[in-house]
Amino acid sequence: MRPQLIFALIFAGLIGLSLVTGKIDPYYYTVIIFIGINITMATSLNLINGFTGQFSLGHAGFMGVGAYVSAIASTFLTTHGLGTEVMGGVPVMAIALLVGGLAAALTGLAVGIPSLRLKGDYLAIVTLGFNEIIRVIIQNVDFKIDGISYVGGARGFAVPQLSSFLWVFGIALVAIYFVENLINSTYGRGFLAVRDDEVAAEAMGVHTTRFKVRAFVIGSFFAGIGGGLFAHFIQYITPDNFTFLKSIEIVVMVILGGMGSTYGVILAAILLTIMPEALREFSEYRMIIYSLMLIVLMIARPQGLFGSETFTRFFAKRKAAANKV
Amino acid sequence: MGEILQQLVNGISLGAIYALIALGYTMIYGVLRFINFAHGDIFMIGAFSGYFVANAVSHILPTGSIGAVIVVFVASMTICALLGALIEYLAYRPLRKRPKLTVLITAIGVSLFLEYLSQLLFGATPRGFPEIISNHALIKSKAVTIDVVGAVVIITSFTLMLALRVIVMKTKIGTAMRAVSFNQQAASLMGINISKVITFTFMTGSALAAAGGVLYAAQYPSIDPLMGILPGLKAFVAAVLGGIGNITGAALGGMIIGIVESFIGGTFLSTYRDAIVFAILIGILIFKPSGILGKNEVEKV
Repeated sequence: MRPQLIFALIFAGLIGLSLVTGKIDPYYYTVIIFIGINITMATSLNLINGFTGQFSLGHAGFMGVGAYVSAIASTFLTTHGLGTEVMGGVPVMAIALLVGGLAAALTGLAVGIPSLRLKGDYLAIVTLGFNEIIRVIIQNVDFKIDGISYVGGARGFAVPQLSSFLWVFGIALVAIYFVENLINSTYGRGFLAVRDDEVAAEAMGVHTTRFKVRAFVIGSFFAGIGGGLFAHFIQYITPDNFTFLKSIEIVVMVILGGMGSTYGVILAAILLTIMPEALREFSEYRMIIYSLMLIVLMIARPQGLFGSETFTRFFAKRKAAANKV
Repeated sequence: MGEILQQLVNGISLGAIYALIALGYTMIYGVLRFINFAHGDIFMIGAFSGYFVANAVSHILPTGSIGAVIVVFVASMTICALLGALIEYLAYRPLRKRPKLTVLITAIGVSLFLEYLSQLLFGATPRGFPEIISNHALIKSKAVTIDVVGAVVIITSFTLMLALRVIVMKTKIGTAMRAVSFNQQAASLMGINISKVITFTFMTGSALAAAGGVLYAAQYPSIDPLMGILPGLKAFVAAVLGGIGNITGAALGGMIIGIVESFIGGTFLSTYRDAIVFAILIGILIFKPSGILGKNEVEKV
């Protein structure tokens, strides 16, 4: 089956499912929405960390930029005549997400150009540094337009409720489709080449810096959209939602799933969103379990639970196995 | 003028603590070529060990007496030295031949583990650190006030740094350490037991971080399980600023970061303090990645 068809079918399924979300218990609904947002976040980080091999610890920073910028956009629009009454809020949400994503992508460009000259440990710590810088800047921004407070510094920012099941999973699907198609295109091989051997890639004529920056910008774009979805779902954001601990949480998803394995990362995102909820009584053990998991995983299975399998390769393998029989 | 001098004094005593932590980063980077993310948490464990030892000792020796202070320092440095060796043995040693990224992720794991295990054991609420050094103004003039704690911080830090220099430069294990950081393979061929040197490096670095933790807690007497994150990151910036792998550089970098932070704290930019320290890091890594005193290293194929 062609992947396009599979994605179209999943999308149709999502539309069907979105009709019944109103009947789900609000608690489960919240968990489901977070799963969708985390899939977007982890898939986009996987492009940077997994496929391009650039270890970023600042994904929550881009998420924060997207969350705040999209929230500013939607707050402005809803108070200036383009609210939820216009076509059920679809245009305002679309504009807000797009603006948030673009702002995050621009930030990704600004962060990526200087820091992507660095490697490994240094890149990790510089992106972490940028994450904190972004957070501190947000903490110090507070302005008013027409008497309505925007951003609100450390106090927090009230955001209109515009996210829905279809938005969250539709975007997740777009992110997966985009990243998968990008990586499997001729052009996308450049990302993998940078990861596998930078010097060899350079020698083969791959502009390594350009590819790294592109991965960063695309990853940040989706992180920004993920942030927008998050902001418009929880309706109240503070800079503390986007500390580097949040970045680490997303990194853990990518590592657990297997860096460079889209479907592994999706499963890890689902698992790591459900697990803390299922273990709610043991919530103080959550981070201990996370951290031990990281250590044990690195010693026993550094490629992650699913290695670097990809959707298409997974299907190709099954097809090959079927043909053999 | 008076205020500038006062900020300078505050900056030096804060910088001395950063320098102690930065030394650990730099030494471990020197022998293993990786950033020990968990170092800031060893600093935190040092402060907590100091807290428990000080409370336990207060039944025997009066709090604030010199004997009690020495016991607190020696005990928390020993605890952290053993902890450092244990972490190296359990988490990092199995990964010695693995890619750097694997070790980095493990270090993040160790760091989170120490933070949240401490949160489970000690609780998340900050605790007041006992007044192990009875504080009063030592020098009080119009221009500047130096209190006892500040003086103890500066003197202890410099003594420890001097001791470290003697260990690294004059002793056999110190020579071995330098040899390993210069060329691990060649050092091993010369009969140096690499594992032993690495363990020793972890122990020394962790002991210094513990001393830093106790001093920090004596100066800012509120400790909690996440207190190590920011000082740890800032000390890392200090190590990079001075030139990572270079011991004098780490001490110098620590001082610079401490002084800069203290001066910024006195201006309108004080809410941006942490961001500015990271901006310094980004600036160095872009313009002079080898740091002030570091050597340039070319990555070979």
